[in-house]
Amino acid sequence: MTTSLSLQRLSWDQRRKLTGVLFVLPTVLFVVVFFIIPLLMTFGMSFYDWPLFGDHTFVGLQNYTDLAKDRQFLKSIDFTARYTLMITPPIFVLGFILASLVRHNIPGISIFRTIFFMPVVIGLGVSSLLWVWLLNDQVGIINKIMLDLGIVEKAQLFMARPDSAMAVIIISVIWKTVGFTMILLLAGLQAIPDELYESADVDGAGYFQKLRFITLPLMRRTIALALILSVIGSVLSFDQFYIMTGGGPRNSTISVVYWIFNNSFTYFKMGYGAAMSIVLLVVLVLLSAVQFYLLRDNT
Amino acid sequence: MTTNIQPNTNVVFSATDQSQQQARRRRNRLFLAMRYAVLIVLALLFLFPIVWSFLNSIKPPAEALAVPPTYLPTTIVLDNYMELTTFGRIGVVQHVGNSAFVALLTVVGTIVLSTLGGYGFARFEFRGKNIMFIMVLSTLMIPFQSILIPLFVMLSKVNLHNSLFGLALVYITFQLPFGIFLMRNSFLAVPKEIEESALLDGCTSLSVLYRMMLRLVLPGIVTVAIYAFINSWNEFLAALIFMTDQNNFTLPIFLTNVRSGLYGIIDWGALQAGVIVSIIPSLVIFLLLQRYYMNGLMGGAVKS
Repeated sequence: MTTSLSLQRLSWDQRRKLTGVLFVLPTVLFVVVFFIIPLLMTFGMSFYDWPLFGDHTFVGLQNYTDLAKDRQFLKSIDFTARYTLMITPPIFVLGFILASLVRHNIPGISIFRTIFFMPVVIGLGVSSLLWVWLLNDQVGIINKIMLDLGIVEKAQLFMARPDSAMAVIIISVIWKTVGFTMILLLAGLQAIPDELYESADVDGAGYFQKLRFITLPLMRRTIALALILSVIGSVLSFDQFYIMTGGGPRNSTISVVYWIFNNSFTYFKMGYGAAMSIVLLVVLVLLSAVQFYLLRDNT
Repeated sequence: MTTNIQPNTNVVFSATDQSQQQARRRRNRLFLAMRYAVLIVLALLFLFPIVWSFLNSIKPPAEALAVPPTYLPTTIVLDNYMELTTFGRIGVVQHVGNSAFVALLTVVGTIVLSTLGGYGFARFEFRGKNIMFIMVLSTLMIPFQSILIPLFVMLSKVNLHNSLFGLALVYITFQLPFGIFLMRNSFLAVPKEIEESALLDGCTSLSVLYRMMLRLVLPGIVTVAIYAFINSWNEFLAALIFMTDQNNFTLPIFLTNVRSGLYGIIDWGALQAGVIVSIIPSLVIFLLLQRYYMNGLMGGAVKS
């Protein structure tokens, strides 16, 4: 009774304030418990030797100094960087071409937009399981088509060589993600007023001149957003390598997240994994900072 | 078919003008035909993986394993799907159920929290509001991959690490920044006058939210629900880490084990049946509710 009495004694204003706090409280609790605290814990754990069972012991900066000497970690950084550099341009260029193709509202265009976007809603894990079959040397349809067309003489073991594994994984991920870039760029393209192109036509500008002087400058922010989201996704990639190559051949396709996963949940060196996570986190926060810088409101 | 002859116009076209116009029209038509041709070829390329996965899933199991593979099924059977139901110790039904349970829990949790929170952030003034809002949104900058280790440690302390309920709690948290952002904007778009009279009549805030506002922000709720469903249905890494007991594997984790031959030799037909089963819910929801999905993309990404 006392609480309800004291509630009634509160003014309308104070009650509004309390209600507001109660409305956001569950969300704030979730974020604090399942995000902020784990985030701080990652930082804390990175200074410990932390096995799955048994005691954890404080080791100072040991994990971080070990990192610098961990050749597989450095190899993973190199691999992830190469993967990101190799997949970002084709996703962007193809996304741009698709966006240009579906830009105008000609009959049936929404069907094409939908088809190009469809793979985006499929999980990356499941799409990797699909592609691992398509690309298989024995039962895969892609090898069958290439054999029948005479492109190759015998079935290719795509996952057996680092460069071909990288190439086919990139193709499969482009298929799965390019629709997302397309939609972002399409929104940017459609925001450009038609009059600009019309007056350029009057002045006799060609396609590439219009691209260079109208489309690209006016889409600067959208392009930046599409690129940075694509880069972030690639830096964090894991599913496609875990499923399609298992990190092989000879540990050549182990991404950073994959190496963190192996250390933390296969070898159970969780403190060490936490230290690597912190490195990853710093890189990602820097990337996000670049994103916000590029997208800042100039107006 | 319209003709180009317009007898009553005042303008007299010279012969060259007319032929130029005709040439331009013909060229435009040619461009349009080429555009459609390119679009159709690309569309076929994009559909190819899904279509062939589906075709493989309806082959007889022996044919699905044939080397070299057949292009089209010789007979259409659902044996691969039946086989999948008895795969491993548990079968696919249990794993579909696990995935559905986690996804639905995530959807319900995300909707409830985002609606309450979005309303709170949009309509109320209280100390610390901006800091809390920024805190929720700033988690978007931090990759969830970097906090999985402590989450695993935390959840195992309270025996939730191998539980679908625990997994859903984690998924809800990952959905909240987007949900809060979108629902706050949805509430901000509703004119304040609508609730003010009801509040003055003595309705509680909760009943105003429930009786009047929910209907008005329904499109936002649908968008948040779609994203929560698709993301949690598809999620791989966290499920792989947290679910250590086979009984609790979600569908993608189960299928990965089918692929790695954990249940005997790799059964490609059953695997593609599983791929189709896991694609269908996301695809159907996307195709039916495309408008809401795209709204979320534009509201969440482009405007941010």
